[in-house]
Amino acid sequence: MKSKNFERIVHGIFLILGLVTVGCVLLITVYLIISGIPAIKQIGLTNFLFGKVWESTSSNPQYGILPFIMTSIYGTAGAILIGVPVGFMTSVYLAKVAPKKVKAVVESAVKLLAGIPSVVYGLVGMLVLVPAIKNIFNLPDGSSLFAAIFVLAIMILPSIISVSMTALEAVPKEYEDASLALGATPIETYFKVSVRAAKSGIAAAVVLGVGRAIGEAMAVMMVAGNVANMPKLFGSVRFLTTAVASEMSYSSGLQKQALFSIALVLFLFIMLINATLNFFLKREKER
Amino acid sequence: MKRVMVFMAVLVMCLASFTACGSKGETVSTDGSTSMEKVIGALGEQFQTDNKGMTFTYNPTGSGSGITAVSEGRCDIGLSSRSLKSDEKAKGLTETVLCYDGIAVIVNPKNTVGDLTVDQISKIYTGEITNWSEVGGSDLEIVLIGREAGSGTRDGFESVTGTADKCKYRQELTSTGDVITTVGSNENAIGYASLASVNDSVKMLSVGGVSPSEQTILNGSYAIQRPFVLVTKSDKKLSDTAQKFYDYVLSDDAKEVIRSAGVVPLN
Repeated sequence: MKSKNFERIVHGIFLILGLVTVGCVLLITVYLIISGIPAIKQIGLTNFLFGKVWESTSSNPQYGILPFIMTSIYGTAGAILIGVPVGFMTSVYLAKVAPKKVKAVVESAVKLLAGIPSVVYGLVGMLVLVPAIKNIFNLPDGSSLFAAIFVLAIMILPSIISVSMTALEAVPKEYEDASLALGATPIETYFKVSVRAAKSGIAAAVVLGVGRAIGEAMAVMMVAGNVANMPKLFGSVRFLTTAVASEMSYSSGLQKQALFSIALVLFLFIMLINATLNFFLKREKER
Repeated sequence: MKRVMVFMAVLVMCLASFTACGSKGETVSTDGSTSMEKVIGALGEQFQTDNKGMTFTYNPTGSGSGITAVSEGRCDIGLSSRSLKSDEKAKGLTETVLCYDGIAVIVNPKNTVGDLTVDQISKIYTGEITNWSEVGGSDLEIVLIGREAGSGTRDGFESVTGTADKCKYRQELTSTGDVITTVGSNENAIGYASLASVNDSVKMLSVGGVSPSEQTILNGSYAIQRPFVLVTKSDKKLSDTAQKFYDYVLSDDAKEVIRSAGVVPLN
């Protein structure tokens, strides 16, 4: 009887701990929706999503977040464009080609890269990358969408590399052996057999990279200039994340509510990305 | 299902208890402007040394958040680096000026320009003047560095220079330190920052021939300055500890501490 009670208590504790996570997610979702909807209602959904001017503290305030949405999309796309080829090639090299010693060194470097806090990426970007861009392209100021893309591309490398590496390493050896036995060269085998077999895992890595890039705030805040312009490669831009983060501390009234609405839009983006990720991961499991 | 509901209720109660940490006992809590961190921190430290057993807390959230916090009763005294707006006063809040802060206009040390008029500064920030050669410097494009919308420093700067809502910023940064670092690393840049925070990595400009200092700020000859304000609820009496702190910071004893924090106390 006593042990049964004990079992019950432990069971209850585990349930509570498990529910903490669920509770947090529910709390955040409900809170975001409740605090994000009023401003959208007041501003109007079309004006809010497709307005090109954001002047939250002006005497005649305007709350159009199209510049932020476009910047986030362009910035993420740019980071993927640079980060995915590099990350993908690195993972093929590490999973299939690299000698054991090289693999160990590079792998730990990748893990280290993943552990660097984003504020450090931002600081290095601000002090090294931004002046470098200014000098190389002969601009009056280097903080720009380009600098943000560059920083984001490096930041998403670790997730892309480690996830696609896991997928590549899970490809059954028999596939590769069969291909090699038919006379294909090792490189042909890796790209035509291994990569093809691991493609949903690699797709999941890309989606994970997209998620990381679109959700990053601190690092891009320090290199992007943060002015609410429509995106230009060498212009000062503001992302969805930085729009929330940069104005939140001093905001009040409708401005603050509008920031919550931006957060809601960002949340929907991330949900969409998570759904895509789950889709790929599920397909990989079923295979 | 019933069980789940009970657990959810417990969870909500736990979370609620986290947020309910108002003022109690021998504590004075302040909340607000990050620009006031230096001065309010020094005052709080001195207050705690003088009054054993009393605790001072400061939550650096920003002027807007501080004003909200005091109106919601989450702190004793709100700190704002701008005067209250009329709708905030209408909500039953009272402001008391603690001291004045000069806003310094800063450029890169390599910049040869040493003085600008308020008019020139406002023309630069509204994009009418875009090259340093137009104000006596070398032939370089001017890069405008500012603070984010809602910042007390930005509000102070824009209201004094008459550039509210018209500034063509190249960068909007979220802290005084970021502004100083950025201006210090770009010879095209011009920025503004609280006088107390300016260091040697940038050059302070004089405005209309008056360089920023305590004297020129107090006698009003330096144009770009703003008040640091204590915000309290008009209809609610402060707790004994908070009242004691409030009296202390406005007393003559506190003036030296305020001065040593780089801002200018009232006469």
